[in-house]
Amino acid sequence: MTRESIEWSVVGHDVLRLDGPAKVRGVQRYLADKVFPGALHLALARSTHPHAKILRVDTRAAGGVPGVAAVFTGENLLAVHGVRPCYGPAFRDQPILAFGKVRYAGEPIAAVAAENREAAEEAAALIEAEYEELPHVQNPFEAAQHGAPLLHDSLEPAGAFADLMALKGHPGTNICTHYKQRQGDAEKALAEADHVLEDTYTCPPVSHAHLEPHGAAAWFEPGGRLIVHTTSQTPYFVRGDLAAIFGIALADVRVVVPPLGGSYGGKIYDKLEPLTCLMAKVTSRPVQLHLSREEVFYTSSRHGAATKIWTGIKDGKITARKVEVFYDAGAYAEVGPRIAQKTGSTAPGPYKFPNVSVDAFCVYTNKTPSGPLRGFGVPQLAIAYETHMNKAATILEKDPVALRREYVLEEGDLYSTGSPVTSIGLRACLDSVSRVVEKTSENRPAPTLGPGLTQEKHIARGRGIALGFKSVISPTISNAIVELNSDGSAIVRSATVEMGQGATTAFAQIAAEELGLDVNKVHVTTPDTDQSPYDTLTAGSRSTYHMGNAVIGAARQIREKLLETASEALEIPSEEFELREGRVFSRSLPERAIAIPEIFLKRFGAPGTTLTGEGTFQGHAVKADPETGQTPRMTEHWFAGASGAEVEVDTETGFVKVTRLVSSADVGRAINPRHCVEQVQGAAAMTLGFALFESMRIEDGRLVNGSFLEYPLTAFEDMPREFITDIVENPLESGPYGARGVGETGTMALKPAIVNAIHDAVDIWLKDMPVTPEKVLRAMREASGAAPGKEASGAAPDGEGPK
Amino acid sequence: MSRRTISLKINGEDRRVEIEDNTLLLDMLRDRLGLKAARDGCSVGACGSCTVLLNGNPISSCLKLASTLPEGAEISTAEGLADGERLDPVQEAFLEEGAFQCAFCTSGMMLAVKALLAENSTPTDEEAKTYLNGHYCRCGSYPEILKAVRRLSGP
Ligand code: FES
Ligand code: FES
Repeated sequence: MTRESIEWSVVGHDVLRLDGPAKVRGVQRYLADKVFPGALHLALARSTHPHAKILRVDTRAAGGVPGVAAVFTGENLLAVHGVRPCYGPAFRDQPILAFGKVRYAGEPIAAVAAENREAAEEAAALIEAEYEELPHVQNPFEAAQHGAPLLHDSLEPAGAFADLMALKGHPGTNICTHYKQRQGDAEKALAEADHVLEDTYTCPPVSHAHLEPHGAAAWFEPGGRLIVHTTSQTPYFVRGDLAAIFGIALADVRVVVPPLGGSYGGKIYDKLEPLTCLMAKVTSRPVQLHLSREEVFYTSSRHGAATKIWTGIKDGKITARKVEVFYDAGAYAEVGPRIAQKTGSTAPGPYKFPNVSVDAFCVYTNKTPSGPLRGFGVPQLAIAYETHMNKAATILEKDPVALRREYVLEEGDLYSTGSPVTSIGLRACLDSVSRVVEKTSENRPAPTLGPGLTQEKHIARGRGIALGFKSVISPTISNAIVELNSDGSAIVRSATVEMGQGATTAFAQIAAEELGLDVNKVHVTTPDTDQSPYDTLTAGSRSTYHMGNAVIGAARQIREKLLETASEALEIPSEEFELREGRVFSRSLPERAIAIPEIFLKRFGAPGTTLTGEGTFQGHAVKADPETGQTPRMTEHWFAGASGAEVEVDTETGFVKVTRLVSSADVGRAINPRHCVEQVQGAAAMTLGFALFESMRIEDGRLVNGSFLEYPLTAFEDMPREFITDIVENPLESGPYGARGVGETGTMALKPAIVNAIHDAVDIWLKDMPVTPEKVLRAMREASGAAPGKEASGAAPDGEGPK
Repeated sequence: MSRRTISLKINGEDRRVEIEDNTLLLDMLRDRLGLKAARDGCSVGACGSCTVLLNGNPISSCLKLASTLPEGAEISTAEGLADGERLDPVQEAFLEEGAFQCAFCTSGMMLAVKALLAENSTPTDEEAKTYLNGHYCRCGSYPEILKAVRRLSGP
């Protein structure tokens, strides 16, 4: 890390996680660790079919199980007066319990509330349903075609977010969103090109696999207030939607969110909350629901995608880039429409190409609903545009790094959306990874013997790099309240969810820096909508930037008040002052100082009071033209990241071992450098699994590996021998101390870096993720002409076995 | 279902606990004794977040029936690591090296590291990775966990 000058005393320093002591003592309370007195336990019955009409749900046997308080079906839901039966952040397309038909195998069709978990589970297992099967569709490309089995007859826009207000859906198809971007004339440029590269890349759905499953508890208070404790990244969205679902005032819903045991996008918008609250209403009792691991697989996943990409080359230049991406929404849209719009806008890649065309579709299929997962749809695009950069380099006989340097976006460039690119550290990230993963092809090192490798001749080595970029979710709003106590301790009230990313520590650092406090004297609250002011959501690497700025705003109000009183007391103009170590002192006469407790006494004439400040920060974007995607401001700011990989491919088994992995991310300014490193490398570790073996396998419309026994995650032994993280600091003017977010940057370019490295090693281009040994061997056989087969194109990415 | 009472030594304390034949050790710890540090991440013995020590050996408490525990067996959970205010060296090491983010895996991970070091006080990185391979950290704190192991290893 390069840091020329450190001008701050808390910000920019490695600070130990403030929640660390509770975490190592094992006393951090996650939702499932809390006791909800008198709460009934819920268990769910789920659909066994991917797409079917519900003919009958028989709950008689379930109702007879001792201890069962209620059994409730989708039909019962429709009979409840004053409850809106469907929810969703983009479209209200998801029923609280399926009624009429089921749209994926694993969809909840009935809920049981019982005095204990065993009774609830026993009763849920006794629920029997009769179905009339309907044709189902799993592949997003096929689902987008006319005549595909239709999941939704009509769509009702939710109207919950400014950027999703104009959604309409495409009636009669499974397409819920179609985003377009046009610059120049890509079709013409492709027609006139000397070379046209054309490929389809596929990514399967994968699981967030946060180790903590989802959970929720809820009850109605005697006066009618609804109290909800839940594992959610979006407490305020949940509050708003519950108020709308149950027809009560926002002030009558209280959402409390404890620290999460990981989330990565998997606990966002409504998940268990509508059903849990419904059952609280039906039973007039507190209820709680804790999902099993298998049920987590039925609750959310990352969008699978089929990405078609065309690159046109003429006279030694890249003249055109065209992309058509089909994001697999699963059965319900969740926030997929925003992924198609927002992330679809970055589909051409972080480059300047004269002619660009993008069509990004979000498409319903009969599987677990998809949601954002670390990268918000970027990795599904980067696999296409970054592999194509290497393919183009081969045709142009250029070094892949040099080719990227030629086209990479730089400060002040106009992106293909017409938006100026500002503060984008792409080149710095590229330089960083290419320094470590030096040159590729020509001077490829001879395969060397790694530890444990005995058959050198079967091991081929290669190196590859890739770039990625993302725009921050905009527009969004963060509010913070800071309260300074008379003893120099402070409370930050923020609705940012602590899910391991270290947000609470970062906000404590910011408040401590602004008010000259010891960071350990700052307490940051966890979200409670009765106590913490509004925040749009904790996601998309937005919190450090938005909430960080809000905390600065709040702290500066207090700072002004402190200096005002100090100035009166010491008879020195307030510009003269500095605030440090719990005291205000004069810069020119440091002996003239006044400590915080004295300032409080002077100001209020009494101890025991507080000074309060309130900060608001709002990010902005300008709506894009619906036909061309052109907009003067597509986002509040950008993220840049790069990955470099060195692989060993066993040419006999097809097994790929990543021996060296370099991740580089532009964090603007690191508020807590060690946390920035942890975020980038954590994202990289997770993405390694997505690259090499993770895949939610669907057979005959049903998930067949919904357990950690059959769905392994990246483990210790998968970690590369060398695992390097390089933090690039390219300050963002509007960021708090120059900071921007960092949670996702490590995920964007990793898969194409590995695919490019495999090409460098064994001369094959892989297109279907994950890159299992079986696919490597097949591609090698095809390349050597032994068993010519057709190239994969948009095929359902099924069939991966466990590693 | 038959109920009975078993005697165990839990975090150094003699305890008598009422269980049913099919009570899992994990549920016994969490629901009967209020010891919540062992956590259910997968219920199938594949993630390590429910790990506790049985007579010093790490086991998946999500798979272990409490009724099969030998009388007087010693069970250690993460709550028992610290001695009052004083943290155990493994806790210190995890804290100082930042060996967790969300910390859902941390209780099981710390106990596994303790068991590793009891078996082999100076493990190489490769040995530590092999020993700990059944413990997932989805947040990806693996490098810091290895740093914590290095900090703790030595004669
Ligand atoms: S919960 Fe026991 S190993 Fe995962
Ligand atoms: S710290 Fe989150 S799973 Fe390990």
